[in-house]
Amino acid sequence: MAEFLSLHDAVARYVEDGATVAMEGFTHLIPFAAGHEIIRQGKRDLTLIRMTPDLVYDQLIGAGCAKKLIFSWGGNPGVGSLHRLRDAVEKGWPHKVEIFEHSHAAMACAFEAGAAGLPLAVLRGYVGSELPSVNDQIKYIECPFTGERLAAVPSVRPDVSLVHAQKADRKGNVLVEGIIGVQKEAILAAGKSIVTVEEVVDDLEAGPNACVIPGWAIDAIAVAEKGAYPSYAHGYYPRDNRFYKDWDAIARDRDTFQTWLDDNVYNAGGQA
Amino acid sequence: MSNEYTSAEMMTVTAAKALENGMTCFVGIGLPSEAANLARLTHAPDVVLIYESGTLQTKPEVLPLSIGDGELCESALTTVSVPEMFRYWLQGGKVDVGFLGTAQIDRYCNLNTTLIGDYQAPKVRLPGGGGAPEIATSAGEVFITLKHSKRTFVNEVDFITTLGFGRDGKTRDGVPNIGKGPTRVITDLCVMKPDPETKELVVVSLHPGVTRDDVIEATGWEIRFAEQLETTPTPDARELEVLRDLKARTERKHAGEA
Repeated sequence: MAEFLSLHDAVARYVEDGATVAMEGFTHLIPFAAGHEIIRQGKRDLTLIRMTPDLVYDQLIGAGCAKKLIFSWGGNPGVGSLHRLRDAVEKGWPHKVEIFEHSHAAMACAFEAGAAGLPLAVLRGYVGSELPSVNDQIKYIECPFTGERLAAVPSVRPDVSLVHAQKADRKGNVLVEGIIGVQKEAILAAGKSIVTVEEVVDDLEAGPNACVIPGWAIDAIAVAEKGAYPSYAHGYYPRDNRFYKDWDAIARDRDTFQTWLDDNVYNAGGQA
Repeated sequence: MSNEYTSAEMMTVTAAKALENGMTCFVGIGLPSEAANLARLTHAPDVVLIYESGTLQTKPEVLPLSIGDGELCESALTTVSVPEMFRYWLQGGKVDVGFLGTAQIDRYCNLNTTLIGDYQAPKVRLPGGGGAPEIATSAGEVFITLKHSKRTFVNEVDFITTLGFGRDGKTRDGVPNIGKGPTRVITDLCVMKPDPETKELVVVSLHPGVTRDDVIEATGWEIRFAEQLETTPTPDARELEVLRDLKARTERKHAGEA
């Protein structure tokens, strides 16, 4: 049953050094507040999983939290590079990060397989791509019925998943609306899960086919208003496209990034 | 009637015309998205636009900055999960055409969006594959649009992120359940199509005012030209007006956001 905790306590309890962590949200509902809390608590040696690392993982990688990264598209959407990710991969700053690179189709299937409790995902994928030559997590199997050669990747089974959603009711049931990405799969695939929400309401007012995650399938819920900023929360606030553009200059330079981190994460409180 | 237009506008309008009304198109962000929406706002009002964020049959009023902008979701017929998008709609064979951009392309239409240099010690790390590797193989066919230069049109891509026809032009041969692959490449200089036999890219149409030498100088291999080389039709007044309105709306929207 979901327990209502402060974001500080939820991260302190469930995110351990060395853990495999998925923080999902496909451009939408990216759990920035949770990411900043992980940085503030100085978590180290994390294996970070996200289809699109986005600014949130650029920040975690630049802050030195990551040992490995499993991903499928590592850019600043609509802007360009993730400079902290590039600095780690190209120059090993603040330290080397090992990368395991997939396609979106494979990652999406791997999350789904994780939620389904399977050890692997099978897809018609990677045909002719050279990604399998640099990622030994991509293999092939033969369909036992047709003989077709299909790609196989290990399912995603994170120690802990963190997602952001619009709202929870008082029993901890969560409603996710808009672009729902792989958030539900991330929660169900994980050993432990933390959901941050914009608000807690009496009634979710969800339709019968809405994306609702039952409270008994979640470990912790923390209220984090504007917790997805500078990404957006459908129905609450828009994406701050200007910040995404500004991030290019902030993240390009190590010192500028460090100052930003001090001002906006380390010295920006958080909730005890 | 003559119209002043830029080479970038020429590219977008030509790319838009490649899409037929009623096609189902899986759209990449950037130039493909601009062209696909121009098609929808001009000659192809019933083109079905799908973005990998799960937005199905979307009709954005302004161009999205990211693949998952709220605008795409709000204007879509419905929004599905990302696994559903890739498994049911793309892998399931519901997409006629994938519309992609790229950082590098070679003579066999292989696309590189992963890195420049060596994988273990890259000179420049690029964002990676995203949806493209499977869009290129599961969609019925693939259109590619990008600016023409020696930096982008290279003899051999440093890394095949996304299959065109492979390093020898034959990688699709005999593979079951695979799309036709790239059928045209639209740049700011010309339109190219793969040779039906060898799959090597051939220039089939030059944009007005562009010479063979312009294309040769901007291409990293000895580019071939079709015997019946055509001249690409110029954009008409309406196409230019709709494109400029779309871009102006987009700029206002993105600039106005706090």
